[in-house]
Amino acid sequence: MLKKILSKAGFCGGLAFFIVFSASPFYIMLITMFKKSHDLFNPTNNPFILNEPFTAEHVKLLFTQTLYTTFLLNTLYVGVAVVLITVALSVPAAFSLARIAGRWGENLGIGIFLTYLIPPTLLFIPLSRIISVLGLQNSLWSLVLVYPTFTVPFCTWLLMSFIKSIPREIEEQALIDGCSRLGALVKVILPLSVPGIITIIVFAFTLVANEYIYALAFIQDSAKKTIGIGLTTELVRGDVFYWGALMGGALIASIPVALLYTFFLDRIISGLAMGTVRR
Amino acid sequence: MNVRRLLDRESVLAPLLLLPVVLYVVLFIGFPFVMSFVYSISNVTVGNPDFRVTGLGNFREILADKVFQKSLLNTFIFTFVSVGLVLVFAHALAEILIRDFRGKWLVRFLIMLPWTAPIALGSIGFLWFLDSLFSPLDWLLRAVGLLGKPGALFGPMSNLYWFGRPDLAMAAVIGVHVWRLLPLATVILIAGLNSIPKEITEAAQMDGAGYFRRLFQINLPLLFPVIGVSILFATFFTFTDMTVVWVLTKGGPPPHSTQVLASLAFLKGIQGGDLAQGAAVALFFFPVLAGIAAIVLRLVKKAVVI
Repeated sequence: MLKKILSKAGFCGGLAFFIVFSASPFYIMLITMFKKSHDLFNPTNNPFILNEPFTAEHVKLLFTQTLYTTFLLNTLYVGVAVVLITVALSVPAAFSLARIAGRWGENLGIGIFLTYLIPPTLLFIPLSRIISVLGLQNSLWSLVLVYPTFTVPFCTWLLMSFIKSIPREIEEQALIDGCSRLGALVKVILPLSVPGIITIIVFAFTLVANEYIYALAFIQDSAKKTIGIGLTTELVRGDVFYWGALMGGALIASIPVALLYTFFLDRIISGLAMGTVRR
Repeated sequence: MNVRRLLDRESVLAPLLLLPVVLYVVLFIGFPFVMSFVYSISNVTVGNPDFRVTGLGNFREILADKVFQKSLLNTFIFTFVSVGLVLVFAHALAEILIRDFRGKWLVRFLIMLPWTAPIALGSIGFLWFLDSLFSPLDWLLRAVGLLGKPGALFGPMSNLYWFGRPDLAMAAVIGVHVWRLLPLATVILIAGLNSIPKEITEAAQMDGAGYFRRLFQINLPLLFPVIGVSILFATFFTFTDMTVVWVLTKGGPPPHSTQVLASLAFLKGIQGGDLAQGAAVALFFFPVLAGIAAIVLRLVKKAVVI
């Protein structure tokens, strides 16, 4: 009996510790965005609660006096364009690697996955030169062109493993029924792959929302910035941090991305773990 | 010959469907990857587009550079300490989250936030959390008497000045890396724990094996591949990251206390315009990445692809 209570207490204590550890920065963002400046900038006030009635002044400042909505829209535009390119490139390739190409296809698939291990921090210097030769500095198109370097390899791999899990018999039946090879892919495998395709859409979009380094290297113009670099560079003017607006901006942009990602978390991470982890 | 018939041949269809990806990868990953090697042995800068191969001079220069040595050391310290801490925490957290309880989806959402929310935005939260004057963490330490009184554990000053002191700035960067990677490692470990058959644990319990015996003789050996995967990815994401450092400290406080390879490459290559030196600095990722790639390759070949 005592052992059971102790184990229960340990469990609850551990759970509480990890929730506080993981979520407290976001909780602080939430509180800070609604705090009156007078309350915020008094070091003796409790920073974890509202000591004065809540205010929407920071949120209003964020949406009316700053380029915040522009940053959000820029991220959205780039995200949609990159998702479209990623799907257009990854879906046919994943079909081919999973179903048609045999042994060499498998090796090529692994090769494509391995390019995921070449990080942006290694590629951004040569890519910045390519972008400037193409005349795309300070343009959102530079990001649209470059972001698939980290979405395509992983999404192709993820979708390939997904398609491999679809039983071959379904497709063979279609071939027997007189479908062409391409016809069987489009009419039979494509509809069955929709959950996989939705996963790569979500994943590619969250990766775009996460990206920081390329945007920092290629974009200087305030009105062209995406959310990450926009917040960290534009809401700090000289030494003045607009703390309330900054925290609000970070929180408001984080939550939708986090919700989307959480929904597909298991599938994405099992792809990352390359099949050493079973779903 | 009829196009439809031609498309029906696998030897035509397979390469055709792959062509766009292969072209893109070669042009935008392969070509720049090769260029980063070429740049590193050249004199190329943003202002000077004419291009001469100068040999290994860049490497000699950066290896002798104190700032580079500091960055290399920092990169390794940050990676090793973060990955070690992540593994210990992740194992504990995985044991908790594997149970069923009410409101689990909300708990999971909250605990996964550091990984699922964009890291630049999460790091902004830490800027305030560890602010020099208004830090909520300092407030908490003051409230429980660990700071701001004579004889207090963290000293008599009213604030710790996290980003002003080299040791604390390094601790902050490591802390944010651990915070960020914990959910990723946990989810991988949970999947691994779930794949251990219940019978093995039960049989061991019947035979009187205690918690630690089961941990070291059953769970850890069986989890080995999964732990390996978490180490690989945690290492990869910490080793090559510059977002956390850039948002929190920009490599400071002077002199370059938290500078890492990635941020130094950015300083030299993009802000300083010296593409050749920047590329040379970034190439120091290569041996570690090649090692990770080799292990991943072995894992992939062995793994049952789902």
